[in-house]
Amino acid sequence: MAEEKKDTDLWEVFIQPKNGLSHRHCGSIHASDRNMAILAARNVYARRGEGQSIWVVKSKDIVSSDPNEKAENFSADDKIYRHPTFYDVPDDVGHM
Amino acid sequence: MKKDMVDMVFEGLLRIGDDNLILGHRTSEWCGHAPTLEEDLALPNIALDLIGHAQALYSIAIQLKSDYNHEDQLAFLRLEHQYKNLLLVEQENGHFGNTILRLFYFSTYMKYFWEQVSINCFFKKLKEFAEKAFLETSYHSKYSSQWVITLGDGTEESNKKMLEAVSNMEPFIGELFDNDEFADISFKNKFLPKPSSIFKNWEKEVKNVLKKGKLNLPEILLKKNGGRKGEHSEIFGFLLSDLQYMQRAFPNSKW
Repeated sequence: MAEEKKDTDLWEVFIQPKNGLSHRHCGSIHASDRNMAILAARNVYARRGEGQSIWVVKSKDIVSSDPNEKAENFSADDKIYRHPTFYDVPDDVGHM
Repeated sequence: MKKDMVDMVFEGLLRIGDDNLILGHRTSEWCGHAPTLEEDLALPNIALDLIGHAQALYSIAIQLKSDYNHEDQLAFLRLEHQYKNLLLVEQENGHFGNTILRLFYFSTYMKYFWEQVSINCFFKKLKEFAEKAFLETSYHSKYSSQWVITLGDGTEESNKKMLEAVSNMEPFIGELFDNDEFADISFKNKFLPKPSSIFKNWEKEVKNVLKKGKLNLPEILLKKNGGRKGEHSEIFGFLLSDLQYMQRAFPNSKW
């Protein structure tokens, strides 16, 4: 049994709205372990039938880039050939 | 249905409806006071589920008797001795661990109760409702069991508080499994399960969870009862004056 009070971790919550769609980030919660994290995510973000599956991941386990490095990470403005704007997406394709 | 059957079904609906209404009301007292934002959403959500169960049960009940035309009459306009809820659910919240343990005991009981009703009940309206109620109470049981483990096996202080909760609840558990005359009659008529028949499953699950939380379930003896006969604790009057205030002050008011 831990002697000291341990603060709860911050977790990021992702919800998959339906089959075939990707899990989308919807917010964060505090919880002491993985079981509690799923329950807290359900209590806070899944109250109105938002989806069918929940992911939680500790915020500190996410590796993120420095926003100051935006210019070198996101330098596609002058490379229009990287955007699929020369194709028409048929209506039936739905989500792409 | 014959009159004695109608009376039996009505009594049964009141008993379960009152358990849910009163625990829902107690749980709602946490709204705005829970220790974290996550719990401040979780507890009122659960309170709403419980009150929703009560509303569904009362609305089935009023269709059986011509004296009532709205479920609010059952929820808000009865006197103390006309409520048939268990003593366990009317006890004051105490600290968070205490509230959680009470919810764990009750929802685990109700999970097995609704499971039986969804299989065996002759009364179709209740049998259908039992499926939805089973899902919701299963979640309440899961949610509270996680907290019992987390707090029981947490810090020295949280373990101490859970030990307190275990001893606070102990006198009121026996009533959950008490078979009275109504319980026998309603079981014989394939209406509701016998409370004692739920004990084995309940005990196994509760012991298992408490053990994970470094806690022990005390021996269950029938120490206090009377709730089913309308004999309540002193604090119940204060609970009702709060619960009934709006309907008493503004009769027939609606949302």
